[in-house]
Amino acid sequence: MKVIELRRTVTDSNDRDAEALRRELRSKGIFLINLMSAAGSGKTTLLSRTITDLTGKVDIGVMEADIASDVDAVRISGLGAQSIQMHTDGMCHVDAGMARAGIEAMEDLKADVVFLENVGNLICPAEFDTGAHRKVMILSVPEGDDKPLKYPLMFRESDALVITKTDALPYFDFDLDAAKRRALALNPDIRIFPVSAKTGEGMAEWEDWLLSELEAWKRDA
Amino acid sequence: MHELGIVEHVIRTLHDVAEENNVRRIGSVTLEVGEVSGVVMDLLTDCWNWFREKDDLVKGAELLTETIEAVTVCTACDKTYRTVDHGKTCPHCGSKETYLLRGNEFSIKQIEAELFDDPEDGEPETE
Repeated sequence: MKVIELRRTVTDSNDRDAEALRRELRSKGIFLINLMSAAGSGKTTLLSRTITDLTGKVDIGVMEADIASDVDAVRISGLGAQSIQMHTDGMCHVDAGMARAGIEAMEDLKADVVFLENVGNLICPAEFDTGAHRKVMILSVPEGDDKPLKYPLMFRESDALVITKTDALPYFDFDLDAAKRRALALNPDIRIFPVSAKTGEGMAEWEDWLLSELEAWKRDA
Repeated sequence: MHELGIVEHVIRTLHDVAEENNVRRIGSVTLEVGEVSGVVMDLLTDCWNWFREKDDLVKGAELLTETIEAVTVCTACDKTYRTVDHGKTCPHCGSKETYLLRGNEFSIKQIEAELFDDPEDGEPETE
């Protein structure tokens, strides 16, 4: 037997697939956003409101990744946005191969922005590049302001942090300033948007950022 | 099940390596695993043992691991310390302005392989 030295990171094959997908989406003019959060943090509610608010300004598509069911995709398609449900068959994250399969399964896709709603989990999705152009994470008020301390990688990897369910702030011991400070300590460049998709508070700032990132991405071409 | 996905990626990488290096069969795979990489080794080994039987290239291949000690650097006092013992707070000066120097690695260090057209190897070895 011969010994072959490799020193390759385990995610090498995925990293290459992700880079290839990112380039292909660029040529198709599709801006892909990997949306990550814990289960029940309000990903689908945030997207529903964002889609409704941006109707006429930008076409949004959604790939819902869940271990099972299609309840989220049904909610999104009710808003007139193109959506597809992906099942990860028990896997805890979406990788570049799955993201590609999702994009290819969306026939006649006419979206400027596609959100990949990753599996609800703050750990594994942070480690796998999906080929997305931006990474956005959600932290909801009921989850607590200590999450940056517990799941640092997710906060380090994300371009933006949306703090959802701010209408529930009066009922929880959630220190908004502490959450912001902890996230910024891990990632000084992260953009933070406290929002309530229910009341609409803060949604404009988040949506403006989204549109400006889309424009910046188009200019980079 | 994070570990299952990792094993799938390891095996895909091994197939690429096998093609580049004219490998017929892999006898062992050595991983370098940082102490704070978050991978549960027992689960990883279970996944490996299940997966390897479904793939001719790695059938029966042994999974070996080398642990890399996690070390954190303090930017306030420039000293280093063991991450596992003290986490994010520097035990020397109490600062939280620290960063991980090493210990979150997860990489394939090397493989033992039997090549095509290698007279020394010939038939698969039994050890």
